[in-house]
Amino acid sequence: MSARSAILGALALAALALLTFVPRLGNPYYLALAISLLQYTVLATAWGMFSGPTRYVSLATTAFFGVGAYTVAVLGEVLPWPLVLLIAAALGAILAALVGLSTLRLSGVYFVIFTFGLTELIRQLVVWFEVNKSRVLGRYVFVDITQSDIYWQLLLLTVAVFLLGWLIARSRLGFALRVIGEDETVAKHCGIDTTFAKVALFAISATIMTLVGAIMAPRWTYIEPSIAFNSMISFQVLIMALLGGAHRLWGPVLGAVPLTLLFELLSARFPNTFTIILGCIFLLIVYLLPRGVAGLFEKLPAKLRGENIKRVAA
Amino acid sequence: MSASQWRRSKHIREENMTTFLTRRAALLVAATCAATLGLSAIAEAQSSIKIGYAISRTGPNTGGAAVTTIPNYDLWVKEVNAAGGIKLGDKRVPIEVVQYDDRSNAEEAVRALERLINQDKVDFILPPWGTGLNLAVGPTLNREGYPHLAATAVTDRAPELAKRWPNSFWLLGTSADAAKSLVELLSKLRDEKKIGDTVAMVSIADGFGIDLSSAARPALTNAKFKLAYDKSYPIGTQDLAPIVNEIKALNPDVFIAFSYPPDTLALTEQARITGFNPKVFYTGVGTAFPLYRAKFAKNTEGVMGIGGWSGDSPAIKDYLARHKASAANGAEPDRWASAVTYASLQMLQQAIERVGKIDRAAVIKDLQTGSFDTVIGKVKLENNMPTRFWWVGQWQNGEFYGIAPAKNEGARTAIVPKPAWVAP
Repeated sequence: MSARSAILGALALAALALLTFVPRLGNPYYLALAISLLQYTVLATAWGMFSGPTRYVSLATTAFFGVGAYTVAVLGEVLPWPLVLLIAAALGAILAALVGLSTLRLSGVYFVIFTFGLTELIRQLVVWFEVNKSRVLGRYVFVDITQSDIYWQLLLLTVAVFLLGWLIARSRLGFALRVIGEDETVAKHCGIDTTFAKVALFAISATIMTLVGAIMAPRWTYIEPSIAFNSMISFQVLIMALLGGAHRLWGPVLGAVPLTLLFELLSARFPNTFTIILGCIFLLIVYLLPRGVAGLFEKLPAKLRGENIKRVAA
Repeated sequence: MSASQWRRSKHIREENMTTFLTRRAALLVAATCAATLGLSAIAEAQSSIKIGYAISRTGPNTGGAAVTTIPNYDLWVKEVNAAGGIKLGDKRVPIEVVQYDDRSNAEEAVRALERLINQDKVDFILPPWGTGLNLAVGPTLNREGYPHLAATAVTDRAPELAKRWPNSFWLLGTSADAAKSLVELLSKLRDEKKIGDTVAMVSIADGFGIDLSSAARPALTNAKFKLAYDKSYPIGTQDLAPIVNEIKALNPDVFIAFSYPPDTLALTEQARITGFNPKVFYTGVGTAFPLYRAKFAKNTEGVMGIGGWSGDSPAIKDYLARHKASAANGAEPDRWASAVTYASLQMLQQAIERVGKIDRAAVIKDLQTGSFDTVIGKVKLENNMPTRFWWVGQWQNGEFYGIAPAKNEGARTAIVPKPAWVAP
């Protein structure tokens, strides 16, 4: 166990060292690609932090990402940058706490549908406000932030996310969540405050997603609801996290990195047949990775059950 | 791509799990993929002027890009290459195109441009379609020093953007200007006693509608028009009948809709059905589309809309003919941004030819200061923007002519009041 942790730690440090060299390449294309990699790594990892242990499939990534981006659109030109990020994070946390308190009692497909609807709800609220109150739709973000600034912020956030995830996994909160994931009723009987645990982690994960949105916003100059609340982000993050395996902290990276590179390769080489090929590749993944992605989820309880049976038999 | 597709394929997998079908299906999929890859890998080669663009071939911007931008890029490249290419010094070099799909996504558009510049090392870049994407790629093109001829972006911050990014050219003008021209036209019609002073205005709750209505509202009030109705409707509204009925009951002289293509069609259809026939009937984006004429035929007569062109000019007539001959199934250009897009390409070509080599800074300088012969007439930019725009057009006898600003060369006189709707 400790040897494995050491290897993982060494790998992480090596990756980090490599990543710090990217801006020095002086090639904006590689920088853009690295930004994209980090963006999806953070989003997928944050998604996995909550959805991995609790097994709640959330499609609300876009909602939080968009709130972050919109905070920058509204406040980016008025307030100093760190303060903008802080406000974005706070908004994300508050929103997640509100949503979490009211919906984490839902489970299964109801939760999925709600989180999907949440994105649309927030987007429509923003549209309503902009149309009827501020009477502008489409805001401009002119802040003095370069591409490498965005990259460094994302890299910092990546490190923070992994540290945070590692700490949570070792805390009482992490343990509580694993119990909830296995069986919520049992968790309750053990005296775990399940609502608090779930809402806390949902809020942490959402805050990170909001920060990613805020950090990415200066890349686009112009932000309108359809750009900030693009539901494709939710689906891509979900697919990445599931492909990599959301039950481990480092799992989603394994999905985020290859899929981001794949999207990039496909849109560069086959711009006109991108969607067809992507569909084929998803089919191939599902066929050729035998119990593929979902299998990673199924394996865990199966193994546990197997062990229990053995113990009973002995 | 989507979760539902993913889940569906997962189901298929589970059903076939134990049979050989799985492997055979996988092979089939692989073969299909290989075939698709093979097909799209053909093309490229030649040493020449490399021109790159990322355009929305998928996603919500596809409709606009497919009508206004892509056919003009294709037409221009085809024509230039048929003539031997762009003249650099005393020889002509053909254009080589590198193109990507931005999937109507700002992030994708930015990355595609960075790829074009740093990996494909293209000499020039043509802009994406639409206001949002043009703004998104602005900083990248500015940083890398590429000329940015935004022919499909309407933004009130165009003058400010042109200052911020001196390499950017905003060829479609500002929405404040659009509203001003419309109100000027209405004031003139009122002075001529052709219309009264009640106006009903609806706008779509999206960038275009909000910008235009916010600009038109004070302009109308200042010109002492009476705004009898002023509401917005959400994007994607299916049933516009209640709005049209409510407005009909108010019996305004002027109907203004700052609408998008689907609602432009729906509002016109609804007005025809209910027999709502104000003296001035004005609709937004889409009125200038050939599709509009195809759908309403005789009923287009007298309908006003945003855009327009000098339909009587020989250059425009010639452009229309060439566009029809070149485009897939003889599609016609729209009567607003299409000609401007084509003109922007002519400007780029003339600037490159005057400079005589691939020197982007010099080309930008030439675009700022030179004057150009284009399908929309002589163009000379001031502060990186043209000095003439067509803001109001009107369907007259099957062609969408520019009618305002009236001082524009080739401006027609407006037909007011609008003739009654006829049974289709």
